[in-house]
Amino acid sequence: MSTQSVPQQFPIPVDPRLPSRAGQKLGPVSVRRPRVSTSLETAKVGLSEICLSYRTQSGERLLALDNINLQVRPGEFVCIVGPSGCGKSTLLHLIAGLHSQTSGQVLVDGHPVQGPGTDRILIFQEHGLFPWLNVADNVEFGMKMKGIPRSERKEKMRHYLRLVHLSKFEKSYIHQLSGGMRQRVAIARALATEPDVLLMDEPFAALDAQTRDLLHDELERIWAETGRTIIFVTHNVREAVRLGDRVVLLTFRPGRVKSEFPIDLPRPRHLEDPAVALTARDVLDELREEINRSLEAEYNAGVKPHIEPGVEA
Amino acid sequence: MKRALRYIIFYGALLGLWTLLAELKIWPPYLFPTPWGVAEALYAGFQDHTYWIAIRVSMYRVVIGYGISVVLGMILGLGVASNKFLEETMGGLLVSLQSLPSICWWPLALLWFGLNQNAILFVVIMGSLLSVTLAMEDGRKQMPKIFGQAGRNLGASGFKLFWYVLLPASLPFIVSGLKQGWAFAWRSLITAEMLYLSLGLGQVLMMGRDLNDMSAVIAVMLLIIAIGYVVDGVVFKGMERHLQNKWGLAPA
Repeated sequence: MSTQSVPQQFPIPVDPRLPSRAGQKLGPVSVRRPRVSTSLETAKVGLSEICLSYRTQSGERLLALDNINLQVRPGEFVCIVGPSGCGKSTLLHLIAGLHSQTSGQVLVDGHPVQGPGTDRILIFQEHGLFPWLNVADNVEFGMKMKGIPRSERKEKMRHYLRLVHLSKFEKSYIHQLSGGMRQRVAIARALATEPDVLLMDEPFAALDAQTRDLLHDELERIWAETGRTIIFVTHNVREAVRLGDRVVLLTFRPGRVKSEFPIDLPRPRHLEDPAVALTARDVLDELREEINRSLEAEYNAGVKPHIEPGVEA
Repeated sequence: MKRALRYIIFYGALLGLWTLLAELKIWPPYLFPTPWGVAEALYAGFQDHTYWIAIRVSMYRVVIGYGISVVLGMILGLGVASNKFLEETMGGLLVSLQSLPSICWWPLALLWFGLNQNAILFVVIMGSLLSVTLAMEDGRKQMPKIFGQAGRNLGASGFKLFWYVLLPASLPFIVSGLKQGWAFAWRSLITAEMLYLSLGLGQVLMMGRDLNDMSAVIAVMLLIIAIGYVVDGVVFKGMERHLQNKWGLAPA
């Protein structure tokens, strides 16, 4: 899978402000890029001292996110990993403006986020496509809300469906598509509103392995060609290392940034690359501690491991 | 083909039993009319345009009354579903009000609106409003949250969010409530029309009673059933089928 394999007759709009990776020669494995220090002002997305707490049903206050600081460079592909319950999805919802944090600030281009905006589009694990609209209308939805004229909408819709190789399915309804196709429609729908930042919340978690491999390749290609900033949440460390420029590890409850791993492996990458596996192991070693803590918490909360008599666990 | 045959057998037997009972002359014909007596009454009613006019008037009323109910009910239901205070206070009131037959509003409606069509419309609205409201409230709650989030995320807000996202997303969950609301509206209308000289089907039915013409009474009853059945089968079944095709839901 090479970044040049896309037919040239479909030019892809590239945000001129962002560094493009199209056609960029990627060096051998061990070349380390100079670490660019990113400040809150120059970051595309900046999280500053984000805390989020909420009241549980039993009335106690639960700290979900604790003092999260993170700067994402324009055009960067950042993966956030952590055990389930670490608040990584919640973090994406905060950036999307669908929830608000208890304290701290989410900055996009240096401006605090106040509510949802089409400069940041979230792609959900369960795709979130509208079943009452066909594929074309789904992709056009964001543009329609923006008031973009019909002819322009159609043109862009076709363009983005071509980008995810679903041109033939314009008229299909969502339930007629496979899981992988649905996620591709969701990606096309997100890209069609031309956001600067794509927020992806475990978008491939529910897919089978082959489909996921394919979508990794497509996503990497689309990212390289469009120069979007991507923040990608997953619990799959291998996936994070395969896709990200940087992997951010969150701790279990409350979610804190435990460590960050810059991934300087050449692209395009593959899930089976030994270097990917090796790096993933480093990340996993640190993650394991957190997973153990999350399991402990589950058991202490009364969820005891239990084995049915006669049933092999 | 087999289904058609079963229909023919069932309704043929029903008609046969009716004919038999009428022919035995256990009761005088003005108490127990024959099938052809009813058929004649139907023919005569359509011939002199009484039934056409009655159907037109009744349909007009039910469409207006039900239409108002749907619009109001959706707004109310959405409000109750999305506001904790309203849910706790009005939610219970709405459920308890549903046990009240809508015709109980008739005396008040007469005083408020006078002896005219508005009083009838009021009863129709009170009959179907609660069903629609409760259906909408329920639908809004059952609707997966992700649709609202995705809609807001893609730049929809306020009325646009309601019209393009929340309403279509909740339709599969409210269609049975809308259907129930229609049935209540239709029944309330006929009841109200029976109480008042009003040109509608209800009044034509009462006219049959006043003239001691049971054939006409049964003829109008058949009309009322037929219209209810046709609206259910054409409008609501069509809507359900349409939703099933789009959403890919298994036919219920």
